[in-house]
Parts: sequence; structure tokens; C-alpha cells
Amino acid sequence: MDSQLRDQIPSFAKPAKDDQAVAITNLSALTSALGGIRTWAEIGLIALVAVVIVGGTEVLLRVLEVPHYIMPTPSQIAGALIRDFHLIAPHIGVTLTELVVGFAIGASVGFVLAAVITQFPLVEKIVAPYILLLVTTPMLALVPLLILRFGFGLEPRIIAVALASGPMVMINSATGFRRVDLAKIALARSFGASTLQIFLKIRIPMALPMVIVGLMIGSIFGLLTAVGAEMVGGSSGLGNRLAYYSSLIQMPQFFACILVLATIGISIYVLFFWIGKRWASWEA
Amino acid sequence: MQVRGMGGNAAGGSAKLVVDHATKHYQTRSGVVHALEDYSMTVAEGELVCVLGPSGCGKSTLLWAMAGLHSLTSGEVRLDGEPVTRPHPAIGMVFQEANLLPWRSLIKNVQLPFELKGLKPEAYRERIDRLLARVGLKGFESKYPRELSGGMQQRASIVRSLSVDPSLLLMDEPFGALDAFTRDEMNLLLQEIWLETGKTIVFVTHNIAEAVFLADRIMVMSPRPGRLTNIFAIDLPRPRPLEVTARPHFFELVGEIKASIDHGAGAKADVELV
Repeated sequence: MDSQLRDQIPSFAKPAKDDQAVAITNLSALTSALGGIRTWAEIGLIALVAVVIVGGTEVLLRVLEVPHYIMPTPSQIAGALIRDFHLIAPHIGVTLTELVVGFAIGASVGFVLAAVITQFPLVEKIVAPYILLLVTTPMLALVPLLILRFGFGLEPRIIAVALASGPMVMINSATGFRRVDLAKIALARSFGASTLQIFLKIRIPMALPMVIVGLMIGSIFGLLTAVGAEMVGGSSGLGNRLAYYSSLIQMPQFFACILVLATIGISIYVLFFWIGKRWASWEA
Repeated sequence: MQVRGMGGNAAGGSAKLVVDHATKHYQTRSGVVHALEDYSMTVAEGELVCVLGPSGCGKSTLLWAMAGLHSLTSGEVRLDGEPVTRPHPAIGMVFQEANLLPWRSLIKNVQLPFELKGLKPEAYRERIDRLLARVGLKGFESKYPRELSGGMQQRASIVRSLSVDPSLLLMDEPFGALDAFTRDEMNLLLQEIWLETGKTIVFVTHNIAEAVFLADRIMVMSPRPGRLTNIFAIDLPRPRPLEVTARPHFFELVGEIKASIDHGAGAKADVELV
């Protein structure tokens, strides 16, 4: 760190805009969706549109007499969800366990790797292609192999979730850690800060907005991978239920599972939105 | 009034800071840049010295070396006789554009130096409160930097540096990004603080009028390589009111310095007149 600063020209030119790097995962779309609701009139309008869409679908499906094995009506789906919730509930627990454990492992490793690697430009150059490989290759493709090795339990799915979410957390965190503001580091050094203090009090807070974006994307990728892995093999989890109900042509139950998955996905999104609002709102 | 020669000392006061034949070369993609060439000066205890020069003349390089933030290729900086090779607790630095941490509230920004030094900021609450009140920031403690004007941000930055009670304050074009009115206000405030505290201040600027208003002495630098070309002692009485900037004598001083830069540098110098 010292050497990094020592031979830099003291330049306070504004650092290059990072907007490009953030753009793919910009939180502003969310902000406008969640934070922009102000008046009761707006809330009323949003509710009205939702009722029209759901009610319209119900009416349309009934009028056209669409068979339930092609597309069940919203009321049939709601009924299935309530009636068979006790059957679906254990599978929600399975999927969430895979997601939370796999994500915790993947995100921790991804975050630490990003923090370490970005301090050494050469290491970063050497490691980058492999990270890109991990990001772009669907980890789902490894699931059959993992099942061969680890069996039909939770392990192969947890590994797949970790492999899918970790690289996402890592590349976004690395983008955050690469945003070095020499003036802020010099500021801390002028007060006698140690390398560790600079890391904890300057580098991590600066990286945090991008880390949170990485956590959001990573967890969503983790959910997708968990469900996919469950569809590939095993006998539990929401993905497994999707395969199960569709094979029995129990479409109301099938869509009930999708509804549960959508709720989990949206919850993740909202959770990280609030975390971002609390910890990264300074970068608006 | 013009004191020719390198390292001229102010009358009286003992040497607080000595820059001794400082040279700094650094490597860039386009070759070696001679940022600072054999630069020497002495700053007396309690003196307010302005280092004046066009953009890119090595003023900041000089100041960063004084702060111990980077090393010199040759030569050295001495504070109270001791060589400065790393950041020193007695040296406070005020950066361009305030340099507040955007994720911290004003009070948390001011408390940063204490946290870094492993001190409990609460124990210094009274001193911090007094300083905040002094610069008119009382009541803004919980605001975030983006909620403050440029002038308020820079005042917070000055409080942050003063709060740990340094004996030497280094200021790197601190008011360069402010509008002319706010800048006048800040210069006036800085003069008051300096008169009250008696700190030694080295103030880097590219604005001649600002330097004349603030300085006991002005060190004029030439660009690439950064050399000390002239020293001007400013004899305007203290405290200097803002009106002083409208007096003929003030204009004479500004004109004289401007002329010396134009001749000294040979090429056109892009120094702001006002």
C-alpha cells in the first residue's frame, strides 16, 4: 500500500466514473420501484392494476375454458397453495437451506478473494480468466457430476449454489475494491493509519455499494441454481416439486410452487435493497 | 520587499519546518517527470507561508513530501529539526475538495483521526464542539457530506485537521473548488483561526490574490521542474480585512508577483490573478 502511494503523482483529479461498471447492476431501477411510492393514490393505482391483471386472467381463462393442465386460474393456484401448503412447506425449507448455506460459503469466499486479489494486480491478472470462466459457465452443468460424487443429498446442491453465487459476489466486490481513491487513503495515512485501518475504514466502506450489488446478484443466481439442481436429481426441494407436479400434470400445485419461488426471489431482492439503502445510500 | 535567493528566512522566529534541497522525480508511462528540483525553504514557527505556482508545478508534490506522504528522490524535510519520512502527528493536512468520507456524517468525519489514533473521540468532545461552533458548523453534526455546501465541507475538513491539534498545518489548494465569495469567506476564517491559534501554516495555491491576502511570505514556484524562483514578503498589516483586496497597494503586490512569474517562467504562466 505504501509503495502504491509513494510514487504516485499527487493527483486529486476525480476518479474515473464507475457508472459503467455499476450500470449492469444499478440499484436505481429498484429505488424507483420501491422507494418512489409516495401517495395513497399511487398505492391505490398499483393495487388496482394488480387486481385487474389477476382478475382479468381469471375471467379470461374461465371464459375461454382453458383446461387447468394447460393454465390453471389464479383462484385454482391460490386454492392449491392453501390446501397443499403443508405438502410444499418442507420443500421450501430444503431449498432455503441449500440457498443460505451455499450462498454463505460462496459469498464469504468470493468477498475475501476479491479483497485479497485486488491488492495484488499481478495475481488479479492471473486469476481473472478463471473467475470469468466460473461466472459465465452455468454451474448447473456440474450438478450431474456432483451427484455422482456426493449422492442425492443436499451436498451437491449446496456446492452448486456456492459455485454459482461466489463468483458473482467476487467480480462485483472486486470492482468495488478496485475503486481506489488515493486522496482518501492519503487522508487516513496523514493521521497515521495502518494498512489494516486503511482497509477497514476506507477500502471496505468504498467497496461496500458494489459488494451489496454482488450479494444481491449472487443470491439470485444461487436461488436459480438451487432450483435447477433440485430438478436434476434428488427427491426434495421446490425444484424437485416442480418436476414432480408437472409429471403428474397437477398444474395448480406446480404454479403454487412457482409462486413460492417468486416470493423467495422478491424477498431476496427487497432484503438487499434495504441493506443497500442503509449501508450504501451515500453513493446515490 | 522582495527577498531574492533560496531558503530565505523570515525575520525573527525559529525554524519550524525546513525543506532542504528537495528533489522528486517520478516515473510515468511517458518518461521521468522532474516534479521538484532542488527546492529549499525555511518556515518559521507561527508563520503563514503560501507556495504559489501554476498548475502542475510540483506544489502538491512538495506538500505531500512535507506531510511525509511520499518520499523524496533526494534532499529532506525537517520538522523541529527531525527528518520527516512518514506522516507525523504534529502535521495536519487539509486536502483539495475537502476530501470528506461520504459514508460518514460530519461528526464521524471529524472523529476519524481519533479512531485512527486509537483515541476515544468522546474524550475530545468538548474540543470538537468548540471547533465546530467556531467555524459555524454547530447543528450540522449529523449531516452527510452531500448535504453540505462546498464551503461547509471544507470547514469540516479544517476542523478535522485541527481537532488533533497539530502544530503545523499543510493546506493543498483547499479553497480551489469554491466560488469566489465562499473563497473570500474561507480565507478570512483561516486568517482568524491562524491568528487565534498561532499555528504554522503552509498554504499551496495557484491564486495570486489569495496568496497575497493570506501570506506572511510567498514562495513562487516555476513549473517543470518545480523550482523556487522568488520569495515575496507581504507587509500588509494584520488582521487583514477583505477590503484590503480592493486597495491600490494590494494590486501593486499582485501585479509585481504576476510580473515576476511572467518573466521568471519565460513562458506564459496560467496563474489566476483574482
